[in-house]
Amino acid sequence: MAEIILKHIFKRFDDLVAINDLSLDIKEREFLVLLGPSGCGKTTTLRCISGLEVPDEGEILIGGEDVTNKRASQRDIAFVFQLYALYPHLTVYGNIAFPLLTQRTDKKKIEQEVNRAAEILQIKHILNKKPKELSGGDMQRVALGRAIVRRPKAFLLDEPIGTLDAKFREEMRTELKRLHVDIGATTVYVTHDQSEAMAMGDIVAIMNLGVLQQAGTPYEIYTNPKNLFVANFIGTPGMNFINCKPERDSNGKLVLRLSLIDACIAISDEIQKIILDRKEEELVLGIRPENVALSLKKEWNYIKSEVFVVEATGSYNIIDVRLGSDIVRVRTLPTVAPKIGETVYIGIDMGRISIFNKKDGNSIM
Amino acid sequence: MAEVKLNSLTKTFGDVAAVDNMNLEIKDKEFFVLLGPTGAGKTTTLRLIAGLEKADKGEVYIDNICVNGLSPAVRDVAFVFQYYTLYPNYTVKQNLEFPLRSNLRKMPQAAIDKKVSEVAEVLHVEHLMNRETVNLSGGEMQRVAIGRAIVRAPKVFLMDEPLSNLDAKLREEMRAELARLHLDMGSTFFYVTHDQIEAMTMGDRIAVLNEGKILQIGTPNEIYNSPKDVFVAKFVGSPAINLFDASIDGNNLIIGKGAMICSVVGKQSSLLKGYNKKNAILGIRPEDIEMSREKKGANSIKCSVYFKQSMGVEDILNLKIDKIFFKAVAPVKFMAKVGEVVYANINMDRTHLFDAETETCIV
Repeated sequence: MAEIILKHIFKRFDDLVAINDLSLDIKEREFLVLLGPSGCGKTTTLRCISGLEVPDEGEILIGGEDVTNKRASQRDIAFVFQLYALYPHLTVYGNIAFPLLTQRTDKKKIEQEVNRAAEILQIKHILNKKPKELSGGDMQRVALGRAIVRRPKAFLLDEPIGTLDAKFREEMRTELKRLHVDIGATTVYVTHDQSEAMAMGDIVAIMNLGVLQQAGTPYEIYTNPKNLFVANFIGTPGMNFINCKPERDSNGKLVLRLSLIDACIAISDEIQKIILDRKEEELVLGIRPENVALSLKKEWNYIKSEVFVVEATGSYNIIDVRLGSDIVRVRTLPTVAPKIGETVYIGIDMGRISIFNKKDGNSIM
Repeated sequence: MAEVKLNSLTKTFGDVAAVDNMNLEIKDKEFFVLLGPTGAGKTTTLRLIAGLEKADKGEVYIDNICVNGLSPAVRDVAFVFQYYTLYPNYTVKQNLEFPLRSNLRKMPQAAIDKKVSEVAEVLHVEHLMNRETVNLSGGEMQRVAIGRAIVRAPKVFLMDEPLSNLDAKLREEMRAELARLHLDMGSTFFYVTHDQIEAMTMGDRIAVLNEGKILQIGTPNEIYNSPKDVFVAKFVGSPAINLFDASIDGNNLIIGKGAMICSVVGKQSSLLKGYNKKNAILGIRPEDIEMSREKKGANSIKCSVYFKQSMGVEDILNLKIDKIFFKAVAPVKFMAKVGEVVYANINMDRTHLFDAETETCIV
């Protein structure tokens, strides 16, 4: 296994900058997820690592070796695609053994490696079947098996479960993560699904328009998003955003005046200082639904609002409340179910807010 | 607005019964969701109600009138598809007006204008009225498509996965909007989806469908907390329910040759009597397991953290005991570490027990 280092990668297609100055260190045995909307450059990045594309500028190192100009076949990495490309005329065994056959490995060694892969993937019982007899999940397992037998330096996966049903995707997600824990291979995984990224990645690197926005553990990107794009992209239900401006209250303390409604909220001394030091004016307050409290009576620093919709998921409820013409989402226990149209008060956990500069979208904290 | 009743409805394609002897009663003003995996027969059911397919057997009633012999046009239902079907060279306004311009209706222009502007307001598309639909975003297009269904004020809305082509963020927003729209309009919605979270969050009642057969009908609360069989239990909830093969020995459920033993107490134990020495499937939702670092009385299972999925709002712990893997939801502040030995405390009052053979609920 090996580490993968990207240094100042640029890739252009005519006028389009698909990758714009991307640098990333992927540690040995790490599971790194490249996350972003379609067209953000994540797949192009993966193709550059694999050698299917050559970057216009920058360097790629795999296991300390500069592979920037090496062909895909010389890089010793395994690429698993979104659509499992299996040989229809070969059995599962034949499909998994195929990469080793082309390397002229001896028969006994091939058998050993195929059995090892089949064991890990729990597909020993289907080794004699043909691809057309398999379910979508099993086909994907076979495609993975074909990657595993080679014992490559790294695995590259391009939305390998994107085409499956939601329910099955969740199962495969856990299975892939477990597989990674078991074989400990350096893995780069591409997806547009934030919950998939959170559930699988040791590190999540979020891209937009070819530019890396933030790379960090799922916990870091969730609790300390660097900018509005990351804050908005990560989390379900998504973070609430409220436009606001700092102003002095009657005691001279800095408070945030929320747009659209006649309300101010108190903020910590620390945040007051940051806003003063940076001379911030137009701000966006970000708060996750689980950090908003709901009360039926008025409490200090709570804001009056009206229940718009109640969504029950079984394990928790999402209450949408109306703040002026904005909607704020509150995540509550499944037992909290106010009536639609009812007046409620919401309290923002000020220890867990994010504040962004409205113009450039960057976090000021 | 109207009630919809399906009576022994059956539709086969070749050897496959896409809809198999289906009986359903959808109440007036209800938001009814048909939930199931791909190929369950959801869309076929919808098409039978709309009159786009002919039933092999059984009847469709709308407002107690059998509509089997009626053409789609006179059934007075509105269909919203997964792929928004708008007229591309028309403006939003023209698209919304179109259903009202029918010769059948002979509606005066003033009435059309009034109706269209009402609908535009409800769906927040007033500012887009003069734009051609090719210049709209996906979310805006779907709003207009829904708007076109609304202007006609049909008896019943039939919706076929209308949100599944939208990206995750927009889907979440539209979910709340649709739920609210239903409430404000007070009309009957029949909504089809494979996404359990859509069904749970929007439906007044849900029917879970698999292979053309209805497995359970109930409120979201009933479906989630009292699943009738293993399929329903597995299909609803995320992360999915943990299922363990267990053998019943008195009040004990023995799992993995004794690697894990859970004891049933109180009311549940009397229900188990007839099942002594038989096999069962124990279902435990990940949020009904409370994690601790010390043993906490009965049903406190010692296990290790195999890996952790940080979802931000909470952690999903993948736990291992012997060769058994299962999931628990833990608060972030529990700070579980990979490889750590922990205790999974199972709230037996919240567990589900299914017959191993029939996979139907015992307790």
